[in-house]
This record gives sequence, structure tokens and C-alpha cells, in this order.
Amino acid sequence: MIRVVLPFHLRTLARVDGEVELEVNGPVTQRSVLDALEARYPMLCGTIRDHVTQQRRAFVRFFACEEDLSHESPDAPLPEAVASGVDPFLVIGAIAGG
Amino acid sequence: MSTVRVLVGTRKGAFILRSDGKRERWDVDGPHFGGWEIYHMKGSPVDPNRLYASQSSGWFGQIIQRSNDAGKTWEQPGTKPGEPTTNPDGSPMGESNKFVYDTSSATGKPLTTHQFYDGTQHPWEFKRVWHLEPSLKDPDTVYAGVEDAALFRSSDGGQTWQELAGLRGHGSGPQWQPGAGGMCLHTILLDPSNPERMFIAISAAGAFRTDDGGNTWRPINKGLQSQYIPDPNAEVGFCVHRLAMNRSRPNVLFMQLHWHVLRSDNSGDSWHKVSGNLPTDFGFPIEVHAHEPNTVYVVPIKSDSLHYPPDGKLRVYRSRTGGDEWEALTNGLPQRDCYVNVLRDAMAVDTLDSCGIYFGTSGGQVYASADAGDHWAPIVRDLPPVVSVEVQTLP
Repeated sequence: MIRVVLPFHLRTLARVDGEVELEVNGPVTQRSVLDALEARYPMLCGTIRDHVTQQRRAFVRFFACEEDLSHESPDAPLPEAVASGVDPFLVIGAIAGG
Repeated sequence: MSTVRVLVGTRKGAFILRSDGKRERWDVDGPHFGGWEIYHMKGSPVDPNRLYASQSSGWFGQIIQRSNDAGKTWEQPGTKPGEPTTNPDGSPMGESNKFVYDTSSATGKPLTTHQFYDGTQHPWEFKRVWHLEPSLKDPDTVYAGVEDAALFRSSDGGQTWQELAGLRGHGSGPQWQPGAGGMCLHTILLDPSNPERMFIAISAAGAFRTDDGGNTWRPINKGLQSQYIPDPNAEVGFCVHRLAMNRSRPNVLFMQLHWHVLRSDNSGDSWHKVSGNLPTDFGFPIEVHAHEPNTVYVVPIKSDSLHYPPDGKLRVYRSRTGGDEWEALTNGLPQRDCYVNVLRDAMAVDTLDSCGIYFGTSGGQVYASADAGDHWAPIVRDLPPVVSVEVQTLP
């Protein structure tokens, strides 16, 4: 089971509390995790990545295992700790300070 | 007794203000979508319980929300959980927040660039929905004016959106440019006497009219003047802030231009100035009395650089003569140390016998007058900055 942590506004939009747990078939990558996330919560389509280009929105970042994965290939395997459900995949609204 | 609903969009959520026909005591419901910018919220004239809202965020983009119970509950009218979000070919299915510019050659070969702030050509990029205009006939049909400027239509209650590409395909697109707020299509007026005719306005391109249901468009900017556009016959490039009409006389239009208030008596074919004795030539909203087509309201603001009322006095100006002669309406409005702004979509009227008029400010106040502007009182004083105000009059 893949664990995903969403930022506050996307949790509100998806009407979820806390982490989201997803089944991902095949390789665990940014793309497969986001595909599974959007399939379960279609209201999130377009909020994390562009509808057409599927590129990450400019002010959204991806982190896991204390690493910034935002600029990794969407098809690169995510860390084993994410694939095994030990660590969550973090979707972050990019904000530096208040 | 009739009731009134005031739909308020703010920088941090939506609010619904309700009162009876006396409009003295108000219930305040909200915030809905707390923390999100609500650029606009409007109800269907056919089914007043059907509301549409434009919810957006610089981080997470555009969301369309719909209510079927007058704002008690909301839903995104898109794909239901569990249904596939992609087509068999892998392309994304239409979701309610998906606004994709039409680039097909079959529908008018839409332009792909406009003029940017620095004068260079810049590709069209969708940013947000500024204005939602429900159809006068069908609660499931709604138009959306977006930034970068284009017009979209949904015929399935906001589930999917298609661009009316003939507008951008008019041919003048490379001369359109963003105003200070972005290149937005902010005004959509539907002609109640002619379902094929509608008017739109873009900052900064100008006003346009279609007479064939949105397939083809023509600019209607004759008579507009801008000090930065030396050509007196320029077809586009004007920073129109807002258009308004009275439903009983749809061929007469009023315009708050970047500079000056104008009037057209021929559906926009030509315009003439009616600023008259207004204290400034700048402002954003303009509205027409529900029952008196020659009674017009504006909120003069001091210059395009300052964006606050002259002399620290918040004054609505009313003309009962269709322009040129204006009177200041001040009773109940702050007349000292007031430096708020009133944005273009933040003024509206009700249709009760004694016409009510409402506006919201950048300071979070929503003011109401139940007597056509003679007396004002705040409904609320401390909302987030108000972006839009719409009114529903219910029997």
C-alpha cells in the first residue's frame, strides 16, 4: 500500500483526513502513484499536474525520504521505502515562509 | 414575501448572505471553500437553486463547483469516484476544471499568441475562470470567461467545457494584451431578446459581440479612446473594465472603460462618452437599475495608479439620465479615511420593486441599499477582500 500525504487544500477538496493509502499496480513511480490518486479522487485531476501535459504544476513539489523528487522523471522508480509503504510520498504546496 | 440572496466571492472563500424583502436583517453563511479564491459565483435564472462557483488557487489551479440546493452543499460536476479518468487512448477525460484551448483547424484556426506586457508575442496559457454566466434558458448551460482571454461553454452542468473558438479566431488576437489584472474575459452579457446575441469584454482587448450564438464575433469598440492608442480607429486594444445593460432594453449598453464611462444605443456599434460631472474618469463596476433603464451606477476611483476613492470618501454615483449628469450617493457610506477599492464584478442589483443595489470592497465590506442607492448600510464589514457580488431575487 502506498501512502500519500496531501497539502491541506487538496485534502479538503478530496474530503479526506490524514494520509491517503493507494494500491498501485506495477512499478511505483510518480506517474503511477498520481494516476492511482486521480483515479480514486478525480476531483484532484488538474490540481497537481496539468490536464494535458501531465507536468507538475509550478508551485507543487514532491518529497519522500527527506529528498526533493520534484525534478525527477515521472517514470523513475520512487524510493523503496515509498514502494513498501514505510515512508509516505509527500505532495507539498511550495511556500517558503509566511 | 420575496427573499434575496447575495453571493459573495472573496480572496479567501465564498459567502452567501440571505435576507427577506425588507433587506434589513441578514444571515451570513460561510466561508465555503475557505482559503481559496472565489472569483465569481452566480445562480441560474431558470433554477435559482443551481449555483456555479469559480474556485481557484495559484498553487492548485482552477476548480468549478456546483450546488443544486442554493449553496447548502456543493459538488465538482466532474468524473465520479471509481470511474475512469482517462479515455481509452490514454488522454484525460473531460473533468469539470479542464479548460483546454481549441487548437483544431476545423473550428476557426484559433490564434496561439497574444501581445505580452513587453510587446512580444506570448502563448495563450489558461490561468483561471473570472466569470460564470448561466444561460437564461437552461440550468445546465453556462458560459465561462477565462484568463488568458477566451470564452468557454458547458452544456452539461459544468462537467465538460468547450471553447467558443471563433472569438480568439477573430484575427485580432496578436493585438490583445493583459491589463494589470491579467488578460481576462470578465464580462458576459446574454441578450434576453435574442438568444443568438451576446456581448463580452476583455481587458485589454475591448468589447465583442456575436449574433450567431458564439460562432463568430466582431469587435464593438468604435468611439472608445485610449491615450496610449493613438489610432482613433483602432479596432482592439482597449481596457474595457465592465459592461452593463437593463434587460428591458438590451440594445443600450453602458461601459466603464479604463478611462471614462460610455454609452451605446445601438448594441455596441458605436459609443459616446457620458462621464459628465463624475469626479474621476476611472473605476471598475457599472450597473443599471432593474426597473429604470436610464438609471446607472458607478464607483469612481482615483486614477489607474492609486485604485482608491478620491478624497478618502466612498461614493457611488448615480445617473438618472442615462449618463452625463451624476449625483453622489453617500448616505451610510464612509466619508473620511476610506481607501478601499470596488472591483469590476463586485456590484449587482436585485429586482424587487424598490430596487436594491449591493457592492463589495477590497476591505471586506458588503454594502446594501434597499432604496436604489439613497441609503446604504453594511451587511458585513470584515470579510476577506471581496472579488465579486451577485444577487438573486426569489419569489
